[in-house]
Amino acid sequence: MKELEYPFNAKQIISKKRKLRRLLMEKADGFVEKKIAILGGSTTSEIKNMMELFLLNQGIRPYFYEAEYNQYYQESLFPSEEFVKFSPDIIYVCTSNHNIEQYPSISDAEETVDRLFADEVQKYCTIWDKLEAKFHCPIIQNNFEKPAFRLLGNRDSYDYRGRTNFLMRLNMEFSRQAWHRDNLFLCDLDYVSSDYGLGKWSDAYYYCMYKYAMHIEAVPYLAFQVANIIKSLFGRNKKGFVLDLDNTLWGGVVGDDGVDNLAIGSELPKGQIYTKFQQYIKEHKEIGVFLTIDSKNEFENAIAGLKHPDSILTEEDFVAIYANWEPKDQNLLAIATDLQVLPESLVFIDDNPAERYIVEEQLEGVSVPDIGKEQDYIRIIDRSGFFEVTSLSADDQKRVAMYQENAKRKQAEVSFADYGEYLQSLEMCAVIKEFDIMHYARIAQLSNKSNQFNLTTQRFTKEEIEIIANESSYITLYGRLEDRFGDNGVVSVVIGKIENDSCHIKLWLMSCRVLKRDMEYAMMDCLVERCLEYGVSQIYGYYYPTEKNSMVKNFYRDMGFEKISENENFNTEWKLDIKHGYQRKNKYIELKDGES
Amino acid sequence: MSREQLYVKLNEIFREVFDSESIEVSDTTTTNDIEGWDSLMHIDLLFAIENAFEIRFDMEEGLTLQNVGEMADIILKKYNND
Repeated sequence: MKELEYPFNAKQIISKKRKLRRLLMEKADGFVEKKIAILGGSTTSEIKNMMELFLLNQGIRPYFYEAEYNQYYQESLFPSEEFVKFSPDIIYVCTSNHNIEQYPSISDAEETVDRLFADEVQKYCTIWDKLEAKFHCPIIQNNFEKPAFRLLGNRDSYDYRGRTNFLMRLNMEFSRQAWHRDNLFLCDLDYVSSDYGLGKWSDAYYYCMYKYAMHIEAVPYLAFQVANIIKSLFGRNKKGFVLDLDNTLWGGVVGDDGVDNLAIGSELPKGQIYTKFQQYIKEHKEIGVFLTIDSKNEFENAIAGLKHPDSILTEEDFVAIYANWEPKDQNLLAIATDLQVLPESLVFIDDNPAERYIVEEQLEGVSVPDIGKEQDYIRIIDRSGFFEVTSLSADDQKRVAMYQENAKRKQAEVSFADYGEYLQSLEMCAVIKEFDIMHYARIAQLSNKSNQFNLTTQRFTKEEIEIIANESSYITLYGRLEDRFGDNGVVSVVIGKIENDSCHIKLWLMSCRVLKRDMEYAMMDCLVERCLEYGVSQIYGYYYPTEKNSMVKNFYRDMGFEKISENENFNTEWKLDIKHGYQRKNKYIELKDGES
Repeated sequence: MSREQLYVKLNEIFREVFDSESIEVSDTTTTNDIEGWDSLMHIDLLFAIENAFEIRFDMEEGLTLQNVGEMADIILKKYNND
């Protein structure tokens, strides 16, 4: 919904809150449901309401538990019965500098201030420890905004008695804690408040009148950040850019102006702006975001533009280049198909409002930010939080290479008459093993973001994965696939629950980037093998249809299962007898024992 | 601005904030007359009024209002004195 995308109008969001909620709820069918506990050090109702809007806009339907006013510490140490029963998926500790127990005073010795600092840190460490032990779920914690005033003026920032200095020290320590704790995620209140404008943020009217920790107009900006962290934790980040060229990646129109006259490079102010923008875009590859081009141009001209000596981005940086005269929405769909991603995981960047409009109208869910003038591009894309990073695994960093390899595989595919021959040529090998601690995060991430090849679409947190992994009544398998073009990482997950001599498949998912590679056969073989070790005679599979998983509607049939029931929601139940023999299915993937 | 003009605008604000096209406020309207007019929505409402009329309420001013009429008095006074 446009109203809730950056750059949004916070005043309007506040006064239209009810209407926006109503409109979002009308579409809330099939949303992921998440339970969020807010433990606040100030009034949090408005923050909660705003978070709800932004999360609904991300396809997440939140249910909230809101602790009583300023009870964040008590609730963490001695959670109420209601809080415990609520069993949150995420806890948000919404504190601010209003909650500092004691600031240094000017007469304090340095040791005294060190003690105040240690006490404050200890308080939060206790909160995080207790919450972690009790709820095993991600915790989002605000750090501190800068103080509303500076008694020592500029010296406040470097004198140990200054409030600014005290808060900065705390923020450094919070960062260190978050870096070392798996489950702690900081919401950077310091950055958000500076970005918003600290003077207005710290409006005493709203604190004294209503105990709001910030100006009411700043609330949507904070809620937006928290919602971005949450959607990222649940695998709802965008995956790649679809970029226009002319007046987006360089100034001018390459077909009309010629390569030599494009504004790019350090000589002219306009060229500098585009150079900065290209650098910004290119850096996204480092966090696993892929780049593609969707431009109305002759293909040769597009390539010529990218060959401009000052162009930071080159042809090799893009995993797909569509430069032609087709409608842009059609190109975007083709890109999604090529890369085996959903259109809604793409961000379309174009300076031309008419092109943005057609993509926005034709393709629901694609992000189409209004990027403003060239000097605004970076700020608007950056603040939009499309790729909010909550984890940065080795797999994430390799992801762009994987998309590139995918494109190469697609080319290889063309040169083989027989698909089997093609699969053979890929020299695939897989590691299929039970869940281990190294992979909990990736497994949880997959369970949250796989929508298409996902039989039950059940979502799991990392903590839930860990619990299941340690439960002897579960068979768990993750599969990692490599081939001659590279390592695809962990791409498939299966969870089966053993009951007597049956195994019930609770989760079966696979990343679409390894579709049609027979990886599901290899997984099936391993599952059956494991089942036989457990003395299982029959395996039950379940398919729960969603808007996105129709591709696996007949998955169990194709795997040789027999359909035993179907209910009014078209949920189907399948059964496979393995007691009387099982024909191995995988022909092309070699199984390896350990990690490579 | 006249009181009539004020009410035209005030009705627009109430309808938007409470998401109901049928709202018609008058001097005697109180919080009990409008569904959902709780303390939280009251803060949003005052903020919307401040933005629409480009005024700012003083501390505590918005908290003691008995009805919309009193609210209208304050808005008119602030708006017309500017």
